Amino acid sequence: MANRARTSLPRTLAAHAILLAYTAIALFPVFVIVINAMKSRRAIFAHPLQLPGPKSFDLIGFQTVLSQGNFPLYFWNSLIVTVVSLAFILLFGAMAAFALSEYRFKGNLLMGLYLALGIMIPIRLGTVAILQLMVATGLVNTLFALILVYTAQGIPLAVFILSEFMKTVSADLKNAGRIDGLSEYRIFFRLVVPLVRPAMATVAVFSMIPIWNDLWFPLILAPAERVKTVTLGAQVFLGQFVTDWNAVLASLSLAIVPVLVLYLVFSRQLIRGITSGAVK
Amino acid sequence: MGALSLSNVCKSFGTVDVIQGVDLEVADGEFCVFVGPSGCGKSTLLRMIAGLEDVTSGEVRIDGARVNLTPPSKREIAMVFQSYALYPHLTVRDNMGLALKQAGTAKAEVAGAVQRASAMLSLDALLERRPAELSGGQRQRVAIGRAIVRRPKLFLFDEPLSNLDAALRVQTRIEIARLHRELSATMIYVTHDQVEAMTLADRIVVLNAGKVAQIGAPMELYNDPANTFVAGFIGSPQMNFLRAADLGEPGETLGIRPEHLTISRESGRIAGSVSHVERLGGETNVYVTTDAHGLLTVRLFGEHSFAFAETVHLTPEPGRSFLFDRAGARIRR
Repeated sequence: MANRARTSLPRTLAAHAILLAYTAIALFPVFVIVINAMKSRRAIFAHPLQLPGPKSFDLIGFQTVLSQGNFPLYFWNSLIVTVVSLAFILLFGAMAAFALSEYRFKGNLLMGLYLALGIMIPIRLGTVAILQLMVATGLVNTLFALILVYTAQGIPLAVFILSEFMKTVSADLKNAGRIDGLSEYRIFFRLVVPLVRPAMATVAVFSMIPIWNDLWFPLILAPAERVKTVTLGAQVFLGQFVTDWNAVLASLSLAIVPVLVLYLVFSRQLIRGITSGAVK
Repeated sequence: MGALSLSNVCKSFGTVDVIQGVDLEVADGEFCVFVGPSGCGKSTLLRMIAGLEDVTSGEVRIDGARVNLTPPSKREIAMVFQSYALYPHLTVRDNMGLALKQAGTAKAEVAGAVQRASAMLSLDALLERRPAELSGGQRQRVAIGRAIVRRPKLFLFDEPLSNLDAALRVQTRIEIARLHRELSATMIYVTHDQVEAMTLADRIVVLNAGKVAQIGAPMELYNDPANTFVAGFIGSPQMNFLRAADLGEPGETLGIRPEHLTISRESGRIAGSVSHVERLGGETNVYVTTDAHGLLTVRLFGEHSFAFAETVHLTPEPGRSFLFDRAGARIRR
């Protein structure tokens, strides 16, 4: 990889300096949240940028979070919503992408454009209609309502990315499967899906973060105690007059962990997805 | 058994007619090659026989039974693809056995069929490997093995040698010819390479723009082309096309193969100057620019040397030329 004829030390240093600077900027807010979560209230306000020392170290925030409210339940709710939504997005997105890229039928192009429209129009514009729909179907205050909305929100991007990737899967391979008597479902699940796995990981990561972080739909569609998600749960500590910053920061720090784990699961595939095509 | 019959087969994509009324009878055990330039529809025709493309109109029959609406897996065919199309997640053994397994054949029987095919192609040492661990030539042998295992009525080959290098191509070509003798199966083979067509075929179907230009045995096409397209397509270097009127012959075009033009420094019927010489050792190709007929090719056997821009005279050998009318059809004398 390192080709000395094509790189020079100053250029390498400059590139690394820019990347490091960007990393620092991107990680700074996370860093501030995590260090302050482990400090006493006084220390947060006195020296917000200082690392927790022997004097300022305090786990009161975490204690509050774990004793007040029902955070294990909130985490569980968030996890269920994110994982199930992701599974639906990947399954239905990939199936739609396969149909659009593989079969010639009337309205193929139109259907593709219709699905792509979802990328451009934010789903929140339809909040009122969605709420009416959920009320009418009795799905308010269920996790299923959130899962449906997030699946709808994620499918356009999934179809868009995956259909491009599916076009690159060898037609001969699919035809070989047809001649050998594989059903279209087997061709899809056994031949095509494994070959577009990196692209699916890309879609998973891009879809996962907005779902996990969302506050809007949980607040509107599922505000009840037993279906609260983490981001909504953390709002308990944000009051009109008093805000328990220790608890807010602690809950946010904890909320980072599950996405981090999911990200690490997908990232190996993700890097392959982003770089695939660059090298055959 | 494996006779194929196409009657007035047509294929259109939207308003584009890709195949325009092809009639063909392939007898059991015959090796039939579809040849033509890219875009002539030869692959589409093969895919229609395989059932991978719908037939717009006309009939496809295998052993007399109409198969227009039969799915590919029920047509008792096997296909070998240019890109090999092996299943990446299966071993060579499973790749070869998959079709039988899908058809519900007993395990022992599948194993036996795989064993016989792998012995024929000396794949025994590779059976447990995955396609990614094989070279291009080995992959194509596995793909051919996968076809043999099914004992199909028809073998369909879609440019199977195009991805191989020159040496391997010759080797695999001989292998396919040997398999055809041993299996005495019906084979339909698509290629754009006339050498493959000439060396493998019992009968060649030359396709041009979705229509059959001529059907015949390799030497029939070479010695008795029906039109300028076939005359120009079969034979390398390409046949020379001269203006018949200038040579006092009837018709529009006079075709003569490069080996049937004699070249002389002193005298001849057509004067020209040497524009390029290709010396291949066994033969020498001389390209001569003439005023009346444009660039002509002369093929000489053995080694010869000509200087660039040297004036030479060409004479067509009597009785070796073909005459064509304005539309390109052959005028038979």
